[in-house]
Amino acid sequence: MKPTNIHNPDYFHKVVDCQWACPAHTPVPEYIRLIAAERYTEAYMLNWDSNVFPGILGRTCDRPCEPACRRVRTEEKPVAICRLKRVAADYKGDITDYLPPVPKKKNGFRVALLGCGPASLAVARDLLPLGYEVHMFEKDPAGGGMMRTQIPAFRLPADVLEEEVDLILDMGVECHFGHEITSMKEMLDMGFDAYFVGTGAPRGRDLDIPGRAESDAHISIGIDWLSSVAFGHTTSIQGKVIVMGGGNTAMDCCRTSKRLGAESVHVVVRSGFDVMKASEWEKEEAMLEGIPIINNRPPREFVHEGGKLKGIWFTCIEQVPDENGRLKSVPTGEPDVFMEADHVLMAIGQENHCPWIERDLGIEFDKWDCPVLDEITFQSTNAKVFFGGDSAFGPENIIWASAHAHQAAISIHLMCQGKDLKKDRPPRGVNLISQKMGVHEWSYDSEHDPAKRVFVPHSKLDKTLSNIKVEVELGFDARLGAHEAQRCLNCDIQTVFTEKLCIECDACVDICPMDCISFVENGEEAELRTRLMAPAENLEQDLYVSEALPTTRVMVKDEDLCLHCGLCAERCPTNAWDMQKSVFHLPQLGSYAE
Amino acid sequence: MTFVAKPTARHPSLKINEIGLTRRDYEGSVSTLCAGCGHDSVSAAIVSACAELGLPPHKFLKISGIGCSSKTPNYFLGHSHGFNSVHGRMPSVATGASLANKELYCLGISGDGDSASIGFGQFAHIVRRRINMLYIVDNNGTYGLTKGQFSATNDLGSTSKRGVPNLYEPIDLVSMAMQIGATFVARSFSGDKRQLVGLIKAGLMHRGFSFIDVISPCVAFNNHNGSTKSFAHMRNMQREVVSADYVAPQVEMQIDYAAGETEDVTMPDGAHLRLRKLHSDYDPHDRLHAINYLGERGREGEVVTGLLYVKSDTENTHDILNLVDTPLNSLDEEDLCPGLDALESINQSFR
Repeated sequence: MKPTNIHNPDYFHKVVDCQWACPAHTPVPEYIRLIAAERYTEAYMLNWDSNVFPGILGRTCDRPCEPACRRVRTEEKPVAICRLKRVAADYKGDITDYLPPVPKKKNGFRVALLGCGPASLAVARDLLPLGYEVHMFEKDPAGGGMMRTQIPAFRLPADVLEEEVDLILDMGVECHFGHEITSMKEMLDMGFDAYFVGTGAPRGRDLDIPGRAESDAHISIGIDWLSSVAFGHTTSIQGKVIVMGGGNTAMDCCRTSKRLGAESVHVVVRSGFDVMKASEWEKEEAMLEGIPIINNRPPREFVHEGGKLKGIWFTCIEQVPDENGRLKSVPTGEPDVFMEADHVLMAIGQENHCPWIERDLGIEFDKWDCPVLDEITFQSTNAKVFFGGDSAFGPENIIWASAHAHQAAISIHLMCQGKDLKKDRPPRGVNLISQKMGVHEWSYDSEHDPAKRVFVPHSKLDKTLSNIKVEVELGFDARLGAHEAQRCLNCDIQTVFTEKLCIECDACVDICPMDCISFVENGEEAELRTRLMAPAENLEQDLYVSEALPTTRVMVKDEDLCLHCGLCAERCPTNAWDMQKSVFHLPQLGSYAE
Repeated sequence: MTFVAKPTARHPSLKINEIGLTRRDYEGSVSTLCAGCGHDSVSAAIVSACAELGLPPHKFLKISGIGCSSKTPNYFLGHSHGFNSVHGRMPSVATGASLANKELYCLGISGDGDSASIGFGQFAHIVRRRINMLYIVDNNGTYGLTKGQFSATNDLGSTSKRGVPNLYEPIDLVSMAMQIGATFVARSFSGDKRQLVGLIKAGLMHRGFSFIDVISPCVAFNNHNGSTKSFAHMRNMQREVVSADYVAPQVEMQIDYAAGETEDVTMPDGAHLRLRKLHSDYDPHDRLHAINYLGERGREGEVVTGLLYVKSDTENTHDILNLVDTPLNSLDEEDLCPGLDALESINQSFR
């Protein structure tokens, strides 16, 4: 194998599994260390800079970082990254002094942001400090988009939402709320320098089975129903409720129904339990609240009598893997099942829907009715129009909206400056900073803490089920947060090897608790992976290979299970190993960190 | 040295041996030796060897004298018996302990100061008596604990860190051991675990007195240019003649080398000692030849390593003294004090 180029910004970035998995690449270990040091405000700002909504995400994020966490591989449970983010938000001090200044004198460019969801808000946050005049158009009377309309208050209290939304609006956004956009052409005629479409994926899917039309009065689309609850238009739901669907919207619908007075609530899912789209913890919460989840039951027909819904017939299937390992639905042959229902909530997915964008404006759409976009710049086929968030590539999570927004903001800025959106795009970079403070002193807490994941306290069930505004998860307090923070392995503190200092004494090989380090003859990667101290079987994790040493051998480190405990560097007599913090520079406008 | 203990977390695919333990279960407490010390590699090799053999740690007696080397028993086999004795007196204590309980695997760790200087006399006599044990010398040619004076194994002309040459002839413990009755004699290098782990396994299972002289560089005081016990010197001048490994009785014999290259020596427990000759002229069963060969190559500045001499059908102290099968420490009062009548009959036999 060729020697590893550790100055490639992606090499060590990949080692920081959580940060690599995060769409916005939030520097997770860095803010966890700040939390451990009780520097909550700094931890919050580091998050705010990268993902824009730490308080909201600390409660609602889809957490792609957690399954990626190295601790899943070294033991079992990941660090509770999301809940730690919430600790930073809950305990932060006054952040006013940390906010980027917004110039009074504008730079002369006007940008229209359509929709006031997370994507548009994040674009506004990035552009305002550069002097852009930002106009935001939103059909609802208040900002927040799906964060307000689709996430119930028992998961995300209104004050947390409003604090982070208002923070951005107060930076100087020209708000045009209660303004439903009916024509993109009209918007373009207003002559803005750039347009950002962040209108989400606002159409909930429907089901075309017998009895659907006749039972219409008793069937609601999940996201629309949640939205009407959020704005107080719906305050109760009566009788037996069936929620159809297996995603997070289904979980929010069933839990909301339970709180609004339903006699009984059942979730019925077409597929098996394990392949449901809902996050693990959302399913757990619903079941803890006594809501049964019934799997492998595709609906056959709605039964109605005189315009009144009676119930639903379901067929029985099971999912078996086909020859390619993909799950296929096969009828089990059991008789169909009838379930009584007075009200049905449909949460079977949502999609992009832009009927208000005329198709002769140079904005092309693909066969799924999604806009044709450049995946790096988020520019549509109309050079002035950009998309981000769910309206770009379909429904995702808030954290994706932040990530899209940073890139779209860079593109808008480059375009307004008359620069090329790709060639002039600022590159990624990495800085490596030694953490050595003394002979055996490191500027991070290198010792490995074998503690188990800390449980998060919850409100009492009778309290939360009787009031939709009572938050279910209470979050860690400072003490529990500090405990959990200690579990972080500091994967951003890298083991950096300097060939010319190595005397091949084997001290690092002997001390490494995870058998990551080997000194062997070089070879092809596949074969080399079998010859190490422990076989390197996780192909998603790279091998760190040195130049040839005096004995012609090379140092090979399997990055997979390294605990970043620094013992290799402690035991190295010549400092050939050093622990260095990798700081990634991910281009972003108006960054607080820069 | 480090103050941070090695984390208990381990690689999930680590091998579990016959008695349900992994290599990590054979480790000891955190080493306080200098970072990079060869002795830590020797300890790691002992850990690997014991884990691969699947021996129960509580059946070990590890015993040492004084010096850097003699601290190391604390850093391996944390769940075994240990005795850190007086400077140079490890052989006396080991003799007593081995006689008291022949069922323990007796593992002595010493250094060049402990065995070739203050304890040279003791060393000679434990070899002569053929105590059933593995005696390892961590040989770095220097007195590391007292800041780098030449030890008795330091080669003539080898220089100190400040460039001053040594004026005296070295004591070669390997030749010494061969001359006075050791039945398993090897030399190895702490930086060559492949060789060392095999030798330790073979030496532990050898029934008789096994001796391994391990060149183990002192990174603080004897790892410079001009030293003949440095990592670089050993890597250049090491010449392996015979590699050895222990093949357990239940393992089927397989020849995986070209014919004539390997030789399996049957051991009393039905196991085999697998020798692999890396040098066609060398015969590890001929003691005089071995001693001559070492002398010749040594004159050329080469360091001959590997299994240098082995004699498997041999007697150890327990056989020589014709001791009972029961370990002496398990004999009960009736056996130990058979009474006046027995004494009388013994006395009669001398009349």
